[in-house]
Amino acid sequence: MIERRDFLKGCLACGVTAATVSVAGTSAMAAGSFEGYPDAMGVLVDLTRCVGCRSCEAACNNEQKLPEPDLPFDDLSVFSEKRRTTEKAYTVVNEYKVADKDTLFRKIQCNHCTEPACLSSCFVNAYTKTKEGAVIYDASVCVGCRNCMIACPFNIPAYSYSSPLNPLVKKCIFCYDTRVKDGRPPACVEICPQQVMTFGRRSDLVKLGHDRIQANPGKYVDKLYGEKAVGGTSWMYLSSVDFDKVGLDGHIQNEPIISNVKDFLGFVPMVLSIWPALFTGVHLLATKNKDGHHDHEEGDHQ
Amino acid sequence: MHAVKHTMILGMTAILMMLVSNVCLGAGIPDKVSISSIQKYYDPVSFNHAAHINNLKDCGLCHHHTTGAQVTDPNCARCHKNSGAQATVSCKGCHTADPFTPEALKQQRDQQPPIYHRDKPGLKAAYHASCLGCHQKMSGPTGCQDCHKRNDGGDALFKSGKYAPKAPAKPKAAHH
Repeated sequence: MIERRDFLKGCLACGVTAATVSVAGTSAMAAGSFEGYPDAMGVLVDLTRCVGCRSCEAACNNEQKLPEPDLPFDDLSVFSEKRRTTEKAYTVVNEYKVADKDTLFRKIQCNHCTEPACLSSCFVNAYTKTKEGAVIYDASVCVGCRNCMIACPFNIPAYSYSSPLNPLVKKCIFCYDTRVKDGRPPACVEICPQQVMTFGRRSDLVKLGHDRIQANPGKYVDKLYGEKAVGGTSWMYLSSVDFDKVGLDGHIQNEPIISNVKDFLGFVPMVLSIWPALFTGVHLLATKNKDGHHDHEEGDHQ
Repeated sequence: MHAVKHTMILGMTAILMMLVSNVCLGAGIPDKVSISSIQKYYDPVSFNHAAHINNLKDCGLCHHHTTGAQVTDPNCARCHKNSGAQATVSCKGCHTADPFTPEALKQQRDQQPPIYHRDKPGLKAAYHASCLGCHQKMSGPTGCQDCHKRNDGGDALFKSGKYAPKAPAKPKAAHH
């Protein structure tokens, strides 16, 4: 009887602890309510302006001191396939056939989410969302688990498969160290001959994007991609065709990726605190008869 | 006295403008304009202004309302229908070479009234949008090096010419 009373007391204590933890957790994990740092910078990308010259790829390679490319940056044969970012190229331009004759080009790079999934998924805290808006990472703590590659809704982080001894995740950092930290635009923005990309405060760019849609009736799809997608991104897009046609998921969720798992994660502390006590108790009760075989027999005889 | 001073300032400004660029105000329309804003990577373009004037006749196609040409864009016409020829006509008079510096962004934010000219492209984009847009419509040259030949700095940036990757391109990678 004493054992059972202890078990119940233990359960109660665990329950109270778990409830406290989960209540505290709920208030701290209100994902989706973060509107971003007030002075965070961003880029408005106008897909209708891009001519596919690949200058941005060349400038990125130069700025980030990336390895030599397989082909020169003026070789347009690369458009024959849809490329993705790699350890050697933090940005790539792809060509999309959107009508019989029309093509659009889209530059791909990290979109620098307001609530980055890579950051949420990283268990060594390698990622940081800076107040300037850049999502940067500390390569020295990266253990190469590649959780961020799975978490990213835009398939951006790349992996140094070429380095068997110290493979790391690699991605665009918004030229944070060399430019954005000091308020200067990233290298790709600066070199673009067409000003496909407009650099500025994200809050200003949201207005600018909607103004541009309104000022050019019929030119754009009435949507600023990235204004709301996955909780908002620093890089936002304007297009003349549905975003699905240029390789962007037009039906992407507006909630940050962490919202998909926060309910589950809220259970974890409760499971960790209650289950050991619960199952220990169950085990003790279940095995009590075996251990106390004689007691019971004696009790029955009485 | 004031008038003399005023004239002197105007005269000096005109001389300065002519020294800085061969686009000068009022005094004459340049036959050639040398555009060298990206000479780090490309040779300067010697833009044949006279030939474009002869071909197009309409200054407003490139210079918007600033030459006093008839304004057709209804959005511009709201203010500039009768605004006439402006003192500033050259591209770089309005389109800044570095549109995204912290100072330029602040200026744009603080501008009054905070409605028009906010989405004004920088100088490089203004050139390219204007030239390339028209060349595409009128079958003019559209390749990068049709207008400005890439120089050594450009080759180095693009890893092309003598800077081309030595190793032959790998066959389509096995990792996917």
